[in-house]
Amino acid sequence: MQAVSGFRQPSVLPGFGLTLGFATFFLSAIVLLPLAALVLKTASMSWAEFLEVVLSPRALASYRLSFGASLVAALINTVFGFIVAWTLVRYDFPGRKILDAMIDMPFALPTAVSGIALTAVFAENGWIGQYLEPYGIKVAYTWLGVTVALTLIGLPFVVRSVQPSLLEVQRDLEDAAETLGATPLYIFRRIIFPTVVPALASGFTLAFARGIGEYGSVIFIAGNLPMKTEITPLLIVIKLEEFDYNGAAALGFVMLAMSFVMLLSINLVQAWARRGVVAARR
Amino acid sequence: MVGITAGSVAEISSRPGRRTLAAVLTRWTFIGLSLGFLAAVLLAPLAAVFTTALSEGVAAYFRSFADVDTGAAIRLTLFTAAIVVPLNTIFGICAAWAIAKFEFRGKTFLMTLIDLPFAVSPIVSGLVYVLLFGAQGWFGSWLVEHNIEVIFALPGIILATLFVTFPYVARELIPLMEQLGNDEEEAAMTLGASGLMTFLRVTLPKIRWGLIYGVILCNARAMGEFGAVSVVSGHIRGLTTTMPLHIEILYNEYAFVGAFAVASLLTLLAVVTLIVKSLMEWQASRASGN
Repeated sequence: MQAVSGFRQPSVLPGFGLTLGFATFFLSAIVLLPLAALVLKTASMSWAEFLEVVLSPRALASYRLSFGASLVAALINTVFGFIVAWTLVRYDFPGRKILDAMIDMPFALPTAVSGIALTAVFAENGWIGQYLEPYGIKVAYTWLGVTVALTLIGLPFVVRSVQPSLLEVQRDLEDAAETLGATPLYIFRRIIFPTVVPALASGFTLAFARGIGEYGSVIFIAGNLPMKTEITPLLIVIKLEEFDYNGAAALGFVMLAMSFVMLLSINLVQAWARRGVVAARR
Repeated sequence: MVGITAGSVAEISSRPGRRTLAAVLTRWTFIGLSLGFLAAVLLAPLAAVFTTALSEGVAAYFRSFADVDTGAAIRLTLFTAAIVVPLNTIFGICAAWAIAKFEFRGKTFLMTLIDLPFAVSPIVSGLVYVLLFGAQGWFGSWLVEHNIEVIFALPGIILATLFVTFPYVARELIPLMEQLGNDEEEAAMTLGASGLMTFLRVTLPKIRWGLIYGVILCNARAMGEFGAVSVVSGHIRGLTTTMPLHIEILYNEYAFVGAFAVASLLTLLAVVTLIVKSLMEWQASRASGN
């Protein structure tokens, strides 16, 4: 009945051609074609020109900050995300459901809003900043501020990855281990941790990937000093404001390549996580 | 074991699962750490939005919305969302129908491509349109000849917002529709219903809540997008500044009450989004409970 029978399995349901056609067309027009333009623009540059932009000291400094702060933020989120997920899954306390719902706040909140709000809280005279100031800890307008912003942005990724996997942990196994005399730490290390570690890895990668590209929440709190507190996306914006399209395209291409690497790692980590869950169920 | 008889208070209190001192301590340490962490990075900023917005009184808060440019920014944001959200909703439904209802080659690859805007930095999302339609872009000179403005104008803002919020509805619907299966749709088709009727009467009621949440989330992101829109907008005050861009302008002018007042609107939008999500999860758990 179907001319394209080798391409898809037959079904009585209609609309395959129409829906797939429209989806592919829209995807190509809005996402793929523009991204191809970026790749083509970069390809039109000579190697020397390209390398001069992407390996300039200012660009290298911005990669260091973007990567470093994303890495630290993702690590903070791995630790505290686990603690938060554990608290939400295992303990009942007043306000638990509201807190659980609020974890998604950074998804729904515009990045510019989180940016100015975090700056207000962590500035020298802010609610938290004023207590850190006497110890010589400056958060706003330093790399610490970038890290705090990326921590907020990445938090839901870790918590939402870990929560379902904590529900998978077999409680009777924990009880059995305890009756056999295992210490809580031993139970954590041998029963809970192995079940949760794929989800933690997946949450870490998602938070890290998101942090590298983040712009809105960072620029308000970062200070934006060249070589010091300038993230890579901001450097692209500066190049565009100087009408240096080639420079902007080259840096954009580097970020796009990073996104692809991160997307690939996320898929690999999640495939590994699924295998881990299957193995744990056996 | 010597000295402890089975069933005695000492023995019962040391049984697993009882509230030993260590268990209680662990419990409160975890709750304390969680609350402390969330209070610092999540709750304090949210509270700061409203306290700063209201720091000069309720009258000053409402006065900031009387500003002409603020009004223009709110209208532009609403207009952009009114175009972007329906388009991405139609795309999301089409993509979810094709992907969830049929088995075909390259499905995983297609899903990865749909996810692409999640992985790309918002700045890159804006940059690609500047490279296409900007003055020095691929179509730049043609657009100038025909007097069409895309970059630093409304079309650019709409395109960048479309790109950034592209996957939301599809991402929400695909897992939901895959999980619900094809049985009821196939039954409807074999009983003679048309394709459109099957979708409207059988599929749509089942995916209603997921669709609503996808649309609401897409809308929240569309109204709140900053990076991508910032690149293509040109920041022409009162003309091409959306709400988030207007927040930046006011903030940089030290008009904190105004900036945070606009921010408070977007925060309320985010809160509504989360409430809809909670309602959806409540509906889902009620449906699976029955």
